[in-house]
Amino acid sequence: MRHWRMIACTLAIAGCAGQAGAQELTGTLKNIKETGAITLGYRESSTPFSYLDDGQKPVGYAMDICYKIVDAVKKELKLDKLEVKLNPVSSSARIPLMANGTIDLECGSTTNNADRLKQVAFTNTHFLTATRFVSKKSSKLGSIDDLKGKPVASTSGTTNIKQLTETNAARNLGINIIPAKEHAESFLLVETDRAVAAVLDDILLASFVAGSKDPDAYVISSDAFSKPEPYGIMLRKDDPAFKKVVDAATAALYTSGEGQKVYDKWFLQKIPPKGLNLNVPIGAELKNTFEKPSDSPDPDSYK
Amino acid sequence: MKYNWNWHIFFEPSPNGTGNYLDMLLSGLVLTIETALLAWIIALVIGTIVGVMRTLPSKTASAIGFCYVEFFRNIPLLVQLFLWFFVLPELLPRSAGLWLKQMPNAPFWTASIGVGLFMSVRVAEQLRAGIGSLPRGQKMAATALGLTTTQAYRYVLLPIAFRVILPPLTSEFLSTIKNTSVAITIGLIELTGQARAMQEFSFQVFEAFTAATVLYLLINLVVVIGMRLLERQVAIPGYISGK
Amino acid sequence: MFSNFDFDVIRRSLPYLFLDGMTFTLTLTALSAVGGLVFGTALALMRLSGFKLLGRIAGLYVDLMRSLPLVLVIFWFYFLVPYIGQWLTGASRPIRVGAFTSSLVTFIMFEAAYFSEIMRAGIQSISKGQPAAASALGLTYSQSMRYIVLPQAFRNMLPVLLTQTIVLFQDTSLVYVLSIPDFLGAASKVAQRDGRLVEMYLFAAAVYFVISSLASYGVRRLQARIAIVR
Repeated sequence: MRHWRMIACTLAIAGCAGQAGAQELTGTLKNIKETGAITLGYRESSTPFSYLDDGQKPVGYAMDICYKIVDAVKKELKLDKLEVKLNPVSSSARIPLMANGTIDLECGSTTNNADRLKQVAFTNTHFLTATRFVSKKSSKLGSIDDLKGKPVASTSGTTNIKQLTETNAARNLGINIIPAKEHAESFLLVETDRAVAAVLDDILLASFVAGSKDPDAYVISSDAFSKPEPYGIMLRKDDPAFKKVVDAATAALYTSGEGQKVYDKWFLQKIPPKGLNLNVPIGAELKNTFEKPSDSPDPDSYK
Repeated sequence: MKYNWNWHIFFEPSPNGTGNYLDMLLSGLVLTIETALLAWIIALVIGTIVGVMRTLPSKTASAIGFCYVEFFRNIPLLVQLFLWFFVLPELLPRSAGLWLKQMPNAPFWTASIGVGLFMSVRVAEQLRAGIGSLPRGQKMAATALGLTTTQAYRYVLLPIAFRVILPPLTSEFLSTIKNTSVAITIGLIELTGQARAMQEFSFQVFEAFTAATVLYLLINLVVVIGMRLLERQVAIPGYISGK
Repeated sequence: MFSNFDFDVIRRSLPYLFLDGMTFTLTLTALSAVGGLVFGTALALMRLSGFKLLGRIAGLYVDLMRSLPLVLVIFWFYFLVPYIGQWLTGASRPIRVGAFTSSLVTFIMFEAAYFSEIMRAGIQSISKGQPAAASALGLTYSQSMRYIVLPQAFRNMLPVLLTQTIVLFQDTSLVYVLSIPDFLGAASKVAQRDGRLVEMYLFAAAVYFVISSLASYGVRRLQARIAIVR
C-alpha cells in the first residue's frame, strides 16, 4: 500500500515537472510537442508549389519549404521523432481550416495580403505572381475588357476570383463567373470550352498550359488584374512563438542559397508526374526577397 | 484562440458591387428556389409517367420503368450531375456539345434537369406505392364503367393516388430544394454557394453558414405550411386525410 | 464515339481508386451507419420517452438536420468540429481533427436524424399492448424497450435502415466538396490531372451503380424473407 502511494506521488511530481516544462511553450508549438505531430495542408493542383504526383503524394516547391520548416520545428522542440500528417485543403477551406486548428502550416500558393492577415499569418515570401487570364488563341481575347459578357472560370476562395468579381463590378463587364473547386478544374473549364478564359495566378496558368495536351493552343494575357503579389506559407494568427521559429527557418533557407536550389529544382528542372520543365528562372524581385526575407503583404515593397 | 463574431458583416458591401453580403445571400436564395421549382416540375412530370408505367399491366412498360428507377436511384446525385455537366457534351457531336457548353446559365439548366431526373424516381416510387395502395375495386369499377386505361388513370386512379401521397410528396419537394445545393460542384451559386462565397470573401465562416441555415429553415417552414393548406384544400371528405 | 477514349487511365489508377478511395468511402459508410444507428436510437428513445423536454430537444435536432442540405452540414461540421472538441475537452485552443474524423462526425450527426425517424416509425409500429403488457409484468421502461419492443421493431425496420445505409453510401460522395479523397474524390483527382473526365466519371458512375444495385437487390431479398417470418 505504502509504495503504491509513493509511486503515485512520484508520478504526480513527474507530471507537474513535465507540465512546468511544457508551459514555456504556447500555441502551435505546444500542440506539436504534446501530440508529436504536425499537420501540413497541401493542394491538389497548385503546380509546381503543391500538387499530387503520380502516386497521389503531395509534392512541390512549397512542400519542400514546409519540410525544411518541419525539420526546424523538430530541432527547436528537441524531438527525436516528429510525425508529419498531410491534410488536403481547397482554396475555399484553407483559411477556416487554419483557424480551427485542422492544419498547422499551409503549403501551397496562398497570396499574402492585408485582408487575410486579419485571419491568419504568413511567413517569408517564397514567390511573387500576378493575376492574369488564360484563353485559347482561337478565341482571340487580348484584354480584360474582351471578356465582356462571356463565361470566365476562376477558383473559389482565391484572391483571383475576388479581383475578377471586383473588376467585373467596377468596369461593368457582365462577365458570367464560374467558380471551380480547384485550379485544375478552372483550367479544365477552358480546355473543354465551358469558359472562354480562366483567371488565376500567372505562374499556375503557365504550368497548366505547359502541362496541357496542346500548349500552343493557349495564350496568357499580358493584361493583369493585379500587381505581382507575394505567396507565403500560411500559419495561424497570434502565435508569435511558432511564427518566430518558422520565420527563422525560412529566412535561413532563403539566404543560404539553398532556397535557390529548391527553386531551381521545381522551376528549372523536370518535375513529376510528366517530366515537364517549366523553365521559369527566378525573377529579380524574388531574388531580392531571398537575400532580404520579408513577410510583407504589400506588393510595392518587393520592387 | 477565439472566433471573432461580426454580425454586422451582412451589411458590409460585397465585392460583386451589387450591394451587401445579405443581398448576395438573398440572390442565392432566389436561385435555390428557381432551380428547385424547375427541378420539381420535371420530377413531377417524368415521375408521374414512370410511376404509372410501373403499375401498368404491360410487362415491357413495367420493365422500362424499373430500369429507369434503378439507373437514377443507384448513382449518387453528385455523380449524375457530373455525367450531365462534364461527360454528356463530350459524347455528343462537337457542335452540339459546344452549344450545350456555351449555353448561358449552363449550370442552372444542368442542375434543374439533373436534380429533376434524380427526384423523378422518388416521385415515381411514391406514386407507384400510392396507386398500389388503392383498393383494386377502383380500377375494376372504372373499367366496368367503360373507361379506357388512360381514362381510368386520368379520372379515377391518379386524382386519388396523388391525394394519398401528398404528405410524402411534401418531403420529396423539400429534398429537391436541399438537393439543389449539390449543384455548387458544377458552379451553380445558389444559397449554399453564396454562403460559401461570403465565407471566402469576408472570412466570417459561421455567420455566413448561420444565415444560410436560417434561410433554409424558413423555406422549409413556408413549404410545410403551404402543403398543409393544399392538403386541406384537396382532401376528400371521409377519405384518407379528409376529416 | 469511343474511339478517342483512353481506358488505360482507369487501369493505371485502379489501385489508387480502390485501395485509397473506395476504402475511405466504405469505412466512412460503415462507421457512420453504426454511429448513426446508435445516436439515432438514442434520439428516437428520447422522443418516445415521455419526458417532454428531452423529446422536444431531440425533435428540434431531428427537424433541424432534416431541413438542411447535406452539403451545408458538411461545411458546418468541417469548420466547427475542432471548436466542439475544444469545448468538450476544455482545451485552450481548437483541437486538431483530421479529414476522416471530421467527415465521420458529420455523417453520424446527420444520418442519426434520418435513422431516428425510421426507428421511431418502427417502434411505433409495435402495438401499444406489448409495452403495456411488459410493464404489467413489472418490467421497467428500459427493460421493456430492451427485451420486448426494440428486437421486434428492429426486425420491422431492418430493410428501411439498410436502404438508408445505401443512400448514405452514395451521400458520402459529397465529401468531394472538401477535397477529401474518397472514391469520387480520387476519381476526380485522376480525371483532372490527366484531363480524362469522361472516362473517370463514367467509371465512377458504373462502380457506384453496381455496388448500390447489388446492395439494394440484397435488401429486397432480405425483405422478402423477413416478410415470410412475420
